[in-house]
Amino acid sequence: MTIEFAIILAPFLLAALIPIFYRRLSKKMIGWIVFFVPLILFILLTTYIPRISNGEVISNTFEWIPSLGINFSTYIDGLSLIFGLLITGVGTLVVFYSNFYLSKKESLHHFYCYLLLFMGAMLGVVFSDNLMVFYAFWELTSVSSFLLIAFWHHRKASRAGARKSMTITISGGIALLVGFLMLYSMTDTMSIREIIANVGEVSHHPLFIPTLILILIGAFTKSAQFPFHIWLPDAMEAPTPVSAYLHSATMVKAGLYVVARFTPVFGGEMLWFWLVTGIGLITLFWGSFNAVRQTDLKAILAFSTVSQLGLIMSLLGIGSIALNFGYSTESIIFTNASFAALFHLINHSTFKGALFMMVGIVDHEVGTRDIRRLGGLMSIMPITFTIALIGCFSMAGLPPFNGFLSKEMFFTAVVNVTELNIFSLSSLGLLIPIVAWIASIFTFIYCLVIVLRTFTGKIKPDISERVLHEAPFGMLLSPLILVVIVILIFFFPNVIGNYMLKPAMASIYPTFPSAEEMTPHIYAWHGFNLELMMTIGVVILGIVLYKLMKFWTKVYNWIPKKFTLNAIYESVITKSETISGSLTNRYMTGNLTNYFVYIYAIFVSVVAGYFIFSDAFIWNPLNGSKVDHYELLLVFIMIFASIALIFVKSRISIVLLNGVLGYSVAFFFVTFRAPDLALTQLVVESVTTALFLICFKFLPEIKPEKPSTIRKLSKGVISLLVGLTVTIVGLAVVNYDKFEAISSYFEDSYTLAGGKNIVNTILGDFRAFDTMLEVVVLFIAGLGVYSLIKLKARKEDTDIENK
Amino acid sequence: MKINDVILRTVVKGVILIILTLGVFLFFSGHNAPGGGFIGGLVLGSAVVLLYITYDIETIQKKMPFDFKLVAGFGVLLATGTSIGSLFFDAPFLTQTDGYFTIPLLGEKHLTTVSIFEAGVALTVIGTLVTIIISISEDE
Repeated sequence: MTIEFAIILAPFLLAALIPIFYRRLSKKMIGWIVFFVPLILFILLTTYIPRISNGEVISNTFEWIPSLGINFSTYIDGLSLIFGLLITGVGTLVVFYSNFYLSKKESLHHFYCYLLLFMGAMLGVVFSDNLMVFYAFWELTSVSSFLLIAFWHHRKASRAGARKSMTITISGGIALLVGFLMLYSMTDTMSIREIIANVGEVSHHPLFIPTLILILIGAFTKSAQFPFHIWLPDAMEAPTPVSAYLHSATMVKAGLYVVARFTPVFGGEMLWFWLVTGIGLITLFWGSFNAVRQTDLKAILAFSTVSQLGLIMSLLGIGSIALNFGYSTESIIFTNASFAALFHLINHSTFKGALFMMVGIVDHEVGTRDIRRLGGLMSIMPITFTIALIGCFSMAGLPPFNGFLSKEMFFTAVVNVTELNIFSLSSLGLLIPIVAWIASIFTFIYCLVIVLRTFTGKIKPDISERVLHEAPFGMLLSPLILVVIVILIFFFPNVIGNYMLKPAMASIYPTFPSAEEMTPHIYAWHGFNLELMMTIGVVILGIVLYKLMKFWTKVYNWIPKKFTLNAIYESVITKSETISGSLTNRYMTGNLTNYFVYIYAIFVSVVAGYFIFSDAFIWNPLNGSKVDHYELLLVFIMIFASIALIFVKSRISIVLLNGVLGYSVAFFFVTFRAPDLALTQLVVESVTTALFLICFKFLPEIKPEKPSTIRKLSKGVISLLVGLTVTIVGLAVVNYDKFEAISSYFEDSYTLAGGKNIVNTILGDFRAFDTMLEVVVLFIAGLGVYSLIKLKARKEDTDIENK
Repeated sequence: MKINDVILRTVVKGVILIILTLGVFLFFSGHNAPGGGFIGGLVLGSAVVLLYITYDIETIQKKMPFDFKLVAGFGVLLATGTSIGSLFFDAPFLTQTDGYFTIPLLGEKHLTTVSIFEAGVALTVIGTLVTIIISISEDE
């Protein structure tokens, strides 16, 4: 176990310890203990920066299921390090903040447990090299974020939001899984590193395009791209620290990570470029356009996150063009787009994290997030106002904040792309900068809305009755640190450029010779060029449109309520619920006999079908051993008992006849010299009979059934078929020769496992995994029986339905 | 409900000792002769069930204050725990080892780590069996 594994596993370890120890600790303590996990991990990860920026790549492999190519391998390069630092860095600040934000009355141990799970899963996503391990962590982020969003599960909206995010992200995750499996079938390796190294072989494969689309669906659902973005605003029902963490800094960026990570594989393909850039731009526009109409501060931020994610996505798409050219001076222009994407990713995490915490503070102190009820907080909460101002102006792309730098690079990229002659860019290409520019105007407008509506003007009468004051310092510290970083990055952007982005560029463009040239020098002042003009245009038009807002907001009512994406989602969900409900009711009749019919019908069709179609039925009577007269006697007893079972009417006789069958089987084991099996069978039979006797008086009388002749006949046919199938299988396995018998392996039980009893060495040594899982199954079955009976008893007592 | 079952109670007092001894014997004879964790556990569990049938549940729970759900849970933890244990010795998951050791008073004995695993199995079987039977018969 090396340190890299420990980085991923540490959050899980603590998450597992919290439920054990939380009773011994005071509620405050848990948060502070948890605080040290991301802090230590962050410090640990910063020590990697010098090594990684020298072009080093750190990888470790721990063999897990090598026969399937599934290994727990970690991989730290520039790209994953950026994400790792964001996850732990923002994580530290968020945990610090939530220590002040959440009240002690909340079930904090749940909260921090989920948060740690989430953190570990995110670290697993970015540092895993194996596709399957990656996928497991990927889905774990969905599950843990579901738990976090539904943290206030007594609220209906929280539950609905959690379900929505889970439904959408997990559906995308399944697409991703299929994509990964296709990738595996094409390349024959589960290692992302190796897949990237063998890119050339893949691109002409017929599965290449389907794989590309499936992986993008996974990435788009996670990163809330249009039309999957609808889950993100609803996810804001989570506590604010969660929103700040999951929905600005980490989880939604996982999709961007996937796109960036797989750019070397799919980049250069026309479809990849158009999908990533196109969907990114649509999301950018749609998110910013819809953010303006929101009245809840958190909803504005949610839509702005959607739109900013679209911006980064479109930049990654533009950056992928470079791989179409191969390495040249021309392609350097496009690698700059990827550079800008990563730069904006970092910037976005800083200012959006700060803004979410700011909104949390306003909500916490004032009691509402509705901008129609807010106003005039500037003089009461000057520090919060400063945070909001810096965060928003950075988001709007104004100097002297870091958002300005990446925004200008974004404009450069969209302008450059129009000059190209490939991918039908010469005709459609002009749309790209136009959409980008219009979206930026809306971005500017909603930034103005956040700052001006919340902090300027007069305090509304219903709010002014409260005693308003600035938030406690502890709560302000985290967003303050973030806005200081916002400003620091503006003045020293090349520190990040050289130490963090440069190695990441090498991981996006592994075939390009030097990362040095792909790392542009970031200038705050780049002359009076087109980009600056665009920015000035954005500011002027933005202010004008903001002033005229009440005249044009009617635009939003153009789309009828029925056709909004949310309405479509709702109707799909309700429809599928009713359909699956009626479908389930049709076959889940509650009648045990019916269930047996399904089970046996499937058993017969699968097993008998396999034996018939694979020609496996070879019965050689000469090969069999001699039948003794004891055995014949036993057979007759069993036949007699089973025929009698059909005609017996009283329950006690049924139980006893069943017992006869069971004990006869045990006798068979005795005559075949299998004492272990005989013992087990005997004890099991005795215990089941005892069980029957115990619950005998609870069972209802057997009602005289009068089934129709067809029903009787069909049941008879099924029972005969089952019997026939079992007999055929029993006779055929003796001569089965499709694969080699493994029994010879077990004969060496004494030398291999040190035991003389083959049955037990199989159970305990050779096939111990089966035994272990059987034990677990047994335990779960026992718990199931226990809880079902207890639940029934409790329901009768209190008659409280779980609604 | 009081049942006059003097014969049953008297017999069970003796028989239970025999069944328990048999259970333990079966458990330890495991690896080389018929027996093992599953059977041993079943026999021990059925002894407990027999006690419950003969005497009432309250009496037994007073004399034998185990929470059998916890017993089952501990068994599962033990079984999975031993399998993970091998990872710390850089061996694959579930690797078992054995050897001959001389123990004072008992002489040379064959000891194997499978026994711990089997003990987990046995505890799970006992716990689950008794839990199911108690919960079914308690439901009145």
